Amino acid sequence: MKRTDIHTILVPGSGAIVIGQAAEFDYSGTQAVKALKAEGYRVVLVNSNPATIMTDPEIADATYIEPLTVEALEAIIAQEKPDAMLPTVGGQTGLNLALALSENGVLEKYGVQLIGANLSAIKAAEDRLLFRETMQKVGIPIPHGGAAYSFAEAEEIIKQTGYPVLVRASFAMGGTGASWVYEPAQLQEAVRSAISESPIGQAWLEESVLGWKEYELEVMRDKADNFVVVCSIENLDPMGVHTGDSITVAPAQTLTDREYQILRDLAHRVLTAVGVETGGSNVQFGVDPKTGRVVVIEMNPRVSRSSALASKATGFPIAKLAALVAVGYTLDEITNDITGQTKAAFEPSLDYVVVKIPRWAFEKFPRRGFDSRPANEIRRRVDGIGTHLPRSLEQSDSIPRNRCGRTRRLWP
Amino acid sequence: MKLATLVLQDGTVIEGQAFGAETDAVFELVFNTSMTGYQEILTDPSYRGQGVLFTVSHIGNVGINLEDDESAKPQVSAAVIRSLSPVVSNWRSALSLSDWLTQHGVPGISGVDTRWLTRKLRDGGTQKAALSTKGTSPEKLLAMARDWAGLDGRDMVKEVTCEESYRWVDDEGSKWVKPVTSDQLSVVSRQWSVVAYDFGIKENILRHLSSYGANVTVVPADTTADEVLAMKPDGVFLSNGPGDPAGLPYAVEAVSGLIESGVPMFGICLGHQLIGRALGADTHRLKFGHHGGNHPVQYLPNGEVLITAQNHNYCVTEGDLNKDEVEITYKSLNDDSLEGLRMKNKPVFSVQFHPESAPGPHDAHDIFGEFFKMIGGK
Repeated sequence: MKRTDIHTILVPGSGAIVIGQAAEFDYSGTQAVKALKAEGYRVVLVNSNPATIMTDPEIADATYIEPLTVEALEAIIAQEKPDAMLPTVGGQTGLNLALALSENGVLEKYGVQLIGANLSAIKAAEDRLLFRETMQKVGIPIPHGGAAYSFAEAEEIIKQTGYPVLVRASFAMGGTGASWVYEPAQLQEAVRSAISESPIGQAWLEESVLGWKEYELEVMRDKADNFVVVCSIENLDPMGVHTGDSITVAPAQTLTDREYQILRDLAHRVLTAVGVETGGSNVQFGVDPKTGRVVVIEMNPRVSRSSALASKATGFPIAKLAALVAVGYTLDEITNDITGQTKAAFEPSLDYVVVKIPRWAFEKFPRRGFDSRPANEIRRRVDGIGTHLPRSLEQSDSIPRNRCGRTRRLWP
Repeated sequence: MKLATLVLQDGTVIEGQAFGAETDAVFELVFNTSMTGYQEILTDPSYRGQGVLFTVSHIGNVGINLEDDESAKPQVSAAVIRSLSPVVSNWRSALSLSDWLTQHGVPGISGVDTRWLTRKLRDGGTQKAALSTKGTSPEKLLAMARDWAGLDGRDMVKEVTCEESYRWVDDEGSKWVKPVTSDQLSVVSRQWSVVAYDFGIKENILRHLSSYGANVTVVPADTTADEVLAMKPDGVFLSNGPGDPAGLPYAVEAVSGLIESGVPMFGICLGHQLIGRALGADTHRLKFGHHGGNHPVQYLPNGEVLITAQNHNYCVTEGDLNKDEVEITYKSLNDDSLEGLRMKNKPVFSVQFHPESAPGPHDAHDIFGEFFKMIGGK
């Protein structure tokens, strides 16, 4: 049942639309704010970007166009006295703000509860070291690797993982500062860059799963532990190319049921281990195409860019439901928007294929070279929906340049 | 490329591309919404007499994986699909779907507008149909579909049950089902003996019963209650199976005798329907049935929701059950139909959905544990 002990909810938006953190969060944030408002909550929205739908005057009850900084948020919290903060619909920015406001005691001082994701869950998912420890504790398979604060520590880790090794900056958005290192000569520069890009000065090194099959599950959970997979996504480009830069396909196409159910079971266990009590999450997997070995790569305890694709692909309003389960509803209490009759506790079944194709606007960055890397480089994207994969691919590819970012549907 | 023709009893003619065997087939056409596990579906004996229309876009992508069979061969009469994958992409795959269907004499049609056809079946109900991949005329196919007696009231079980009883021995697929240890469930510290009725049993059910350390003896569908009781089992299992439970009076009689005896008993799907009939309830045909891996059911005692695999056309009529004797345990969240029951004064329970999944989510696996708890607590 809906919580009646909270009245005002603070929702941080995702800020500027930049490469690596795109406009999808405006879509999800707007959906969430509308849902909370419809339930009678007073919604206070903060976003630094006025060129968004969510900052339109009729969306939230109070809208602040302010920088998404700890100081600005603290002032707004002091002014508005919200009972709760929903940090899971504003991308990584929202989670980082929640983390900072918890750690400096602001949330506690003003009695603001985090809903949708609590502090320990955010930490367990975002800190790679803590995430690995959490996974290892409950026996969930992960790639070999470790965290380094110096070059000497990095060299120790290399002894385990060998080359090639993925080096990236902890707590960075969109894979900033990430690169593949194939030989010892490249290591020092990669580690230095990662440490400087990371807000906590931590580089992350990981065993190569280059060339493995890459999958994502978009999942939803409520406080009664009802768990559903909203959508499975398979990347046409294998591990090593950032999901944002990959052609991605929903639903997953090359898993047998036994293999798919292993991912589904693991996703549920990952949510439990991380401590995501309610809301949407995204869990990424690598699968060795030769042996079927499965590893969990990472999870986001929030609405992500893949959820925007999953939401469009299935009609399952992920951000809206994430907001509703965060305020205490269970999935069997919420009506399914697609059928209007059945309940949201279900798993969408697709009879079509959705393809997302990235588009790099090279003409706008003439001096910038490009190679497909684990850091996100995409400028725009195109979604195609068709009755089968070739049709969806063909359609995404045929959308003219000036219409990028739109979704096209084409039935037989 | 060869042409295939599918004709429904209402006169609809659908042309597509042929794959699999070159033959004619007549069947009841049902749709399945699972997005994975076509091989398990095709080998599920519950589909005997039926052709399966897959709603998912691509079939054949992962080929045929020998560990994933639910019985020794494909059981469906035909496969109706949107698009057959021209390549097989899976590390375990042993052969292609089309070659495998050809080997077993099962025809298929691809290039069908499956969404349109599914809507037709959903709105108008399940239909009899005939498929030809060898050039039989639509007129002749229509006559075949209309003349065919259909499945209502018919005993389809005798086509799929085992001829003689046998001890289940774990097979290659068993490695995908984790053993349950006595640390997890104390009652399995003993090796229980279970007699499983084979009305068309899926092998994953046997793998699950065996994963609790049980000795499982599989018996033919026409085994009487006395014959089973003479084996002194600790528990009796009633399997899934094809067709209409109303066509199986002998099985209902055996189930009545077993309920009377007080032996712990657990039924899945057809087994559940037989328990319902033995308790005096009628079974009725659902308009288009439940076939898929995404069906939510709610456990009424605590409100928990499980996403389950389902495959049934018939349903126990809830109003016929004596509520002093029977508790309703599970209901479908989609259409509120009866999905599970438990007797109040006897150690008997059953579910309409498939806790063994294969294919489908594993949410309901623990129901097998409930059976062993019931056996242990008798």
